[in-house]
Amino acid sequence: MDLRFTAAEQAFREELRAWLATTVPAVGPPPAHDDWPARRAYDLAWQRRLFDAGYAGVDWPVEGGGRGSSPVEQLVFKEECERAGAPYVGVNFVGLLHAGPTIIAEGSPSQRERYLPPILRGEEVWCQGFSEPDAGSDLASLRTRAVRDGDDYVVNGSKIWTSHAEVADFCELLVRTGGEGNRGISWLIVPMSSPGIEIRPLRTIEGTTEFAQLFLNDVRVPVANRVGEENDGWRVTMVTLSFERGTAFVGELLEAVRLLGELQAFGTRLDLFTGHPALLERIGHLRAAFDALWALTKRNVSEATQTGVPGIGGSVFKLAFSEHAQALGNLAMEMLAQASLCADPLHGPHGPLGNAEQVHNWYKSINLTIAAGTSQVQRNIVAERILGLPRAR
Amino acid sequence: MDFRVDEAQRELAGGIRSMLEGRLPLERIRSSEGAPRTVGADDWAALGETGVFALTLPEPAGTGLGLADAAVVFEELGRSLVPGPLVGTFLAAARDLVPGAAAGRAMVGVCAGRGGPPWMLEHLSSLDAALCPGDLPSGGPTLLSAVRDAPTAQRVAEPLDPLTPLWQLTRLPAAQPLEDPEWRLFSDGAVLTAALQVGHAARTLELAVAYAKERHQFSKPIGSFQAVKHLCADMLVRAEVARAAVHAAACLADAPDVLAAEATTAGSTPAAFLRRSAAGAKLLADEAAIANARAAIQVHGGMGYTWEVPLHLHLKRSHVLATSFGAKGELAALLGSLPAGARAEP
Repeated sequence: MDLRFTAAEQAFREELRAWLATTVPAVGPPPAHDDWPARRAYDLAWQRRLFDAGYAGVDWPVEGGGRGSSPVEQLVFKEECERAGAPYVGVNFVGLLHAGPTIIAEGSPSQRERYLPPILRGEEVWCQGFSEPDAGSDLASLRTRAVRDGDDYVVNGSKIWTSHAEVADFCELLVRTGGEGNRGISWLIVPMSSPGIEIRPLRTIEGTTEFAQLFLNDVRVPVANRVGEENDGWRVTMVTLSFERGTAFVGELLEAVRLLGELQAFGTRLDLFTGHPALLERIGHLRAAFDALWALTKRNVSEATQTGVPGIGGSVFKLAFSEHAQALGNLAMEMLAQASLCADPLHGPHGPLGNAEQVHNWYKSINLTIAAGTSQVQRNIVAERILGLPRAR
Repeated sequence: MDFRVDEAQRELAGGIRSMLEGRLPLERIRSSEGAPRTVGADDWAALGETGVFALTLPEPAGTGLGLADAAVVFEELGRSLVPGPLVGTFLAAARDLVPGAAAGRAMVGVCAGRGGPPWMLEHLSSLDAALCPGDLPSGGPTLLSAVRDAPTAQRVAEPLDPLTPLWQLTRLPAAQPLEDPEWRLFSDGAVLTAALQVGHAARTLELAVAYAKERHQFSKPIGSFQAVKHLCADMLVRAEVARAAVHAAACLADAPDVLAAEATTAGSTPAAFLRRSAAGAKLLADEAAIANARAAIQVHGGMGYTWEVPLHLHLKRSHVLATSFGAKGELAALLGSLPAGARAEP
């Protein structure tokens, strides 16, 4: 057990920190949340800066054009970017973390050549068409059908929870090409400019249109756009599901720590703790929890660095983090009292109350136990795959 | 960085586990339930011979290992329900405060030193001395010598844990102040107590999972029902999160350069940062041990409420351990009062 970074890891951190210190101040403030074209431009411009500096695809293997860094270096990368206030991965998320790695692992040479460089250079945006209105936790029951017609598939169906659909160039689409279950699924690259795709934005609890529902009506997709064999798409998908080797929530964790500090400062400024020591204890408990989750992150990335696969830690981390992040959101709403009733930045006699950020974080925390595997499904995974309890389904 | 439990540490844990299985199996431990002395001098000396109390002492007196290695060993001691003043004896041995502690020929207790009178002292009739780690958050540790002869000591008839005999004292014996400017008695003691708690949390998880696989109701193993599965999954989460926290605090205690760097990043001092890490680990490990024992009892149903299964012993011991080196409210208040700018990286 050793928390000491190696000389190489330390050198990587210092070089990156120096670059971020000169680069981040040159980046303007992020655009409005609902201004999707501006967000696309902003996020792509950041990706381009990373590319020019040699930091694009830190976590991609060298053969895919990436930097081939170890999970520990990825942790350092995410930590330094977060601390420097660098832009988030944003609209580049699906390309960098799902579609790109899938194409690296399973794509043909011509697919790799065509699709990977524009992701790294910040030129093309991807979205994900996996979940369906009737296929959420039970993804393998998806019903969007692709039927062969000459050199094309003709696709009909609907996809949901598709982030960045309005500004995406391509969609990684799971379709049913065979029989029921996970053996009849294929993985397709679908240009979002294809005729027959309709996008309906979904308004989330935050009031913004973070997701969309896609409707696909007789959308023609060349068979050449299939990644992997026909009906082998489930395996293709699983290959990259664990791509983020222990670092998936590093940004969110550090953000939660920052917001906890601000909440504590808010409570001290307004003298909320004197009469209510229980509030202070809840702050302390969350600090212990987030410190522990930072330690667990280090354990998970160590495991992934040494063995190539994440250990049991991913589900464990997500279950614990989502719970504590919700506790932070709830505590913030309680302490802000009436200032929690709006997401407009309010000012008090001592300066800004910081309510807007806390309220947005509270909104987002609600989704943490749902997105990327509900906590209920995660508990089943932990109980069955780690603890070996019998499967019931 | 490689924060995994390494090969040598796994071997160390395995060695301790097989020693305990041979020397102190559960039946032997349980045979002294309710007795005024729940761990014999021979068994204590055997623990000493194995090196349990001298792990961090330099060779040849000890094995020259670190607190992280000790945490791995203490997890095993907790898991196996080994009774006795383990943490106090280790702390006294590591500082050479009480002759014979390292070899297991002396027993050193821990006195919370607050809240009284009456003060409660565990294992009093076996003790050669007791450590008062000092109140949180100010410190001020002392050593109570000749504690066994404390004139006002009175043994309680119904201690919560039948394996932790308990005395009440209306007056504390004379105390000798200890130099501990960096709160290391508290930090090390909290880490080791937390390690014991992780052992309890891991053991009750094992017992719950084994029972959920074997117990059938409605013609199925009860572990196939999601309500039971989810209890077990939450137990694993609590144990793993607490274990990571304990190991991180122990690693920081072992590596002054890493601790100094992390403390600087957090705008803190090494001693304060270590105390924060130790307090957080203790808080989460206490919770994990108690909550897991309760969940394991729930999984066992009515049988969990009896002395037929050892779950009550884990629950009761966890409550005993939760009262030393900071109780829940004290630890949470300490952590909540840290400067707001302090960042989370341990």
